[in-house]
Amino acid sequence: MLDVLQIAGRNLSRYRRRTLLTLLLIVIGMVAVLLFIAVTGSFKAMMVGQITDSVLGHLEVHRKGYVASIDTLPLNLNMQPGAVARVGEALEQIDAVETWSPRVKFGAMFSNFTETTSIRVNGVDPGREAATVPLLPGRMIEGARDGALVGKGEIVIPVLLARGMKVAVGDTVVVVATNRDGSVNGKTFVIRSITEGISGPGGRDGYIHIDDARDLLRMKEAEVSEIAIRLSDPAQLERVTGVLRQALAGGSNPEAKPVLEVHTWAELSPFASLAKMIDLMTVFIKVVLVSIVLVSVMNVMVMAVYERIREIGTIAAIGTPPSRILSLFLGEGLLLGVIGTALGTAVSLAVIYALNVWPVHFAFGQQQDLVLAPEIGALQVAGIALMVVGVALLASLQPAWKAARLDPIDALRHV
Amino acid sequence: MSLVIASDLTKIYRAGDIEVPAIKGADFVIEPASFVAFVGPSGSGKSTLLNMIGCLDHPSSGTLTVLDTDIAKLDRRAAAEFRGKYIGFIFQDFNLVPVLTAYENIEYPLRMVQQWPAAKRREQVMRLLTAVGMEAQADKRPDQMSGGQKQRVAVARALVSNARMVLADEPTANLDHDTAYRIIELMRRMRDEFGTTFIFSTHDPKIMAEAEVTFTLEDGRVLSRNNQQEVAHA
Repeated sequence: MLDVLQIAGRNLSRYRRRTLLTLLLIVIGMVAVLLFIAVTGSFKAMMVGQITDSVLGHLEVHRKGYVASIDTLPLNLNMQPGAVARVGEALEQIDAVETWSPRVKFGAMFSNFTETTSIRVNGVDPGREAATVPLLPGRMIEGARDGALVGKGEIVIPVLLARGMKVAVGDTVVVVATNRDGSVNGKTFVIRSITEGISGPGGRDGYIHIDDARDLLRMKEAEVSEIAIRLSDPAQLERVTGVLRQALAGGSNPEAKPVLEVHTWAELSPFASLAKMIDLMTVFIKVVLVSIVLVSVMNVMVMAVYERIREIGTIAAIGTPPSRILSLFLGEGLLLGVIGTALGTAVSLAVIYALNVWPVHFAFGQQQDLVLAPEIGALQVAGIALMVVGVALLASLQPAWKAARLDPIDALRHV
Repeated sequence: MSLVIASDLTKIYRAGDIEVPAIKGADFVIEPASFVAFVGPSGSGKSTLLNMIGCLDHPSSGTLTVLDTDIAKLDRRAAAEFRGKYIGFIFQDFNLVPVLTAYENIEYPLRMVQQWPAAKRREQVMRLLTAVGMEAQADKRPDQMSGGQKQRVAVARALVSNARMVLADEPTANLDHDTAYRIIELMRRMRDEFGTTFIFSTHDPKIMAEAEVTFTLEDGRVLSRNNQQEVAHA
């Protein structure tokens, strides 16, 4: 094998310019794919992290029908204490669940005493909410950042609302809400802090203490609109979702349908569609890479066979078995693939390293000054490398087969 | 025991419906360690005969036995193996692998065809390089060698795997007269040193005079056999 590769290497060096051009194409393709995967992968991970760690959590449990009507935040579809307890018990049984947080969500009017606007309010248990969405405290751009997320009588509002309503930390505001029975109630709050905007649902929500929310809505029982769940390992999402759905499937309403629903973050966030689009684009760019390698290697190998027909006739005449001739040309394709892959990987890793040393700052939707820190896993690099080498081998197969099947006499007569 | 025995050997090429007979009922015998020339004008069938003796082509009819093997029965792979084991080739255009040095070209059959161990390979290649007087040019590539030097390397390559027979199709056609003589002389010396049978084709009357046995071909038929040694003894 070493003999074959050594001679294959010499043959590649014979047409230096052509070999370099082919290698360059493979390198460009490799760099494009690896950089795309690194950048989009990091962007995706960062956005998913933002969504799961500062708003949604990894999973949410609602009463059936709540998500379908989520735009109106229907109070009549809140979970009753019995259902909340059932969810709590089920979550206790699942190791991968790190923590969970009950929320009371409702639409309300926000007033600074001169102007009024609408607001979506989350009534949360400050300690459990901070543990379930740990990036949320870090999103406070003004006001208190330490201590409890929000105290009783305090409200956290998004920056857009603060600017629009010209209110600041420490100001007193009024939140007016309609309860389930249709009666209106109002309560004053002091603005504790202001959060930065974030794209997606919940990105512009305000936060108050869950007891204040129940008080404002005049709830007689400790109802909950949703339960957000944080997993210790997000990779377990699919498994935990299945386990939880099974665990909560027992209870049913009079129509014999499950009372509770479990949704993953991807089912609740429109960003999941964007993530799917990114995955689709990754597949597309991989197809482009395969095409580049296939066409360039096949082209160079077809030329190599055509230009060396007499030489192939000579080595066949002196007794080189067809299988050895086949392996000689496959060896050339293999070397092109391996060298191209090695160079492409090295260049890609260097660029990724440089992007981490000199990071790129960008804005996405409401979020400003996001830092792009691309990274790529060894398995992903190995997968792409194997694909390129495999395609290079595949591209050389037909020319190599042709070379091995050449009739020595015809080949020796070739001019 | 004869090395090559041809009996009523015929080769017909077909191009569509047209049949072109290249060899018409040839009979001849070649003995081991002989120095044989097939001579005749272009198109007389010299190359076709050498191709069949070299297991590169099959007869259309008749029998051709080389080293007790009926070459008509060899398939593509077996023919390649047979050539690699017993037959060396020298070509008119030298046909050295351009990316390999003289040493590597000679080593090629041992490395890629027979897979000799490295130490034994080196010993054999050096022996042949010395035998053809090319040890000083061992590291030169074909584009750095003269025509005569290239053909010396080709002779060494043909002999390196201890071939029983070397076939040379017009080996001197691309060489000047002096160089051509030196190559023929080298081939004869190699025959003496290694006991290898050399069979070559030529249409150069001066070169054909150097052969010990000459078969004259014309229009696909072997017209005569002339043995210089028999003539000398007579």
